[in-house]
Amino acid sequence: MSVRSENWSRSRDIRLSSLFLTFAFIGLSGFGGVLPFARHELVERKRWVSAAEFTDILSICQFLPGPNVVNLTVTFGVRVDGIRGAVAAFLGLMVMPVAIVLALAVLYAEFSEVPQVRDAFRAIAAAAAGLLVAMAFKMVTAMGMALRPLVLMAAVIVAIVMLRLPLFAVVAVLGPISIALAWWDNRAKADGERDTDGRP
Amino acid sequence: MDGRDPLIDLVLHLLVLSLVAVGGINVILPDLHRVAVLGEGWMTDEEFTTLFALAQAAPGPNMLFVTLIGWKVGGIPGGLAATAAMSGPAVILAYGMARLWLAWGHQPWFTALRNGLAPLTVGLIVASAALLTIAAASGWQSYAVTAVAAAIVIMTRVHPIIVLAGAGALGVAGLV
Repeated sequence: MSVRSENWSRSRDIRLSSLFLTFAFIGLSGFGGVLPFARHELVERKRWVSAAEFTDILSICQFLPGPNVVNLTVTFGVRVDGIRGAVAAFLGLMVMPVAIVLALAVLYAEFSEVPQVRDAFRAIAAAAAGLLVAMAFKMVTAMGMALRPLVLMAAVIVAIVMLRLPLFAVVAVLGPISIALAWWDNRAKADGERDTDGRP
Repeated sequence: MDGRDPLIDLVLHLLVLSLVAVGGINVILPDLHRVAVLGEGWMTDEEFTTLFALAQAAPGPNMLFVTLIGWKVGGIPGGLAATAAMSGPAVILAYGMARLWLAWGHQPWFTALRNGLAPLTVGLIVASAALLTIAAASGWQSYAVTAVAAAIVIMTRVHPIIVLAGAGALGVAGLV
């Protein structure tokens, strides 16, 4: 009825098999990104975490490197049952999708000489690029018009697209600069008005 | 590099990428492209974008694209190795963080970390979108498909898989 998990300790009731199956279901239902399905399943259907807890976990996972969904899955699994929980949730998420995508790849290789198949995939690739353009658009508009993030964003785009620098070098140089600027920014804001940095 | 197994090169590269891919798999597309297409010549632009399309059309996390790059380089074992290399370091880090984040989550430096990395992530996603659009382009028709697909996803609630399927139908009809 009401939201079940006010605190994390409740999630320790979850069985490993049920953890595996839930993440298998999440993995299989997501097309072009799994996060919305993970949220739906964990927050709304299973009620293993509250909406606020989910956002909290996600905000951590988004700044961790690596695939966000994998981070989320591992973080959640750890909470349920330590390392065993992490393994069960991770395998649940990955095993079937990896098998399916490899089967599709083998199938595609078999039929890639058929002109219609090539044509179809050329078009699908263009549309897939469009999905990414849409995601970029949404992220840029959500970021707002503040100068600091815009300048850093532009610097990354120039470095990657125009200068073709390796990602590692770009993050290693711009990462610390950006974090330091954000730190000053936060400090200035905290000085200006009290009690604004206490984010959920 | 001659004599070296390309799969080993790929796995080593992915292990590093796994640790800098702040914001998920889409931010490493330009780097994967730089290595796989421009640098080592493991595949063409068309193969790169086709594998991306395959990964998008299959259910599951979009890191499956890395699985397919591995498959292209080293068959099914290559696919499994690439998947493990891409998720391994991230999993270990997430495991460690999962045990620590409650203690640190509200520290000001933690907020600065998050606010500082966010614009970089956005920049990387924009870069990926630009690069993939260029790589997938084969004429004005494919630019049109990219633009229409983006517009549909931005302005409507149509499921992305429908957009991909529609584009596939246009392709089969010989229109793209």
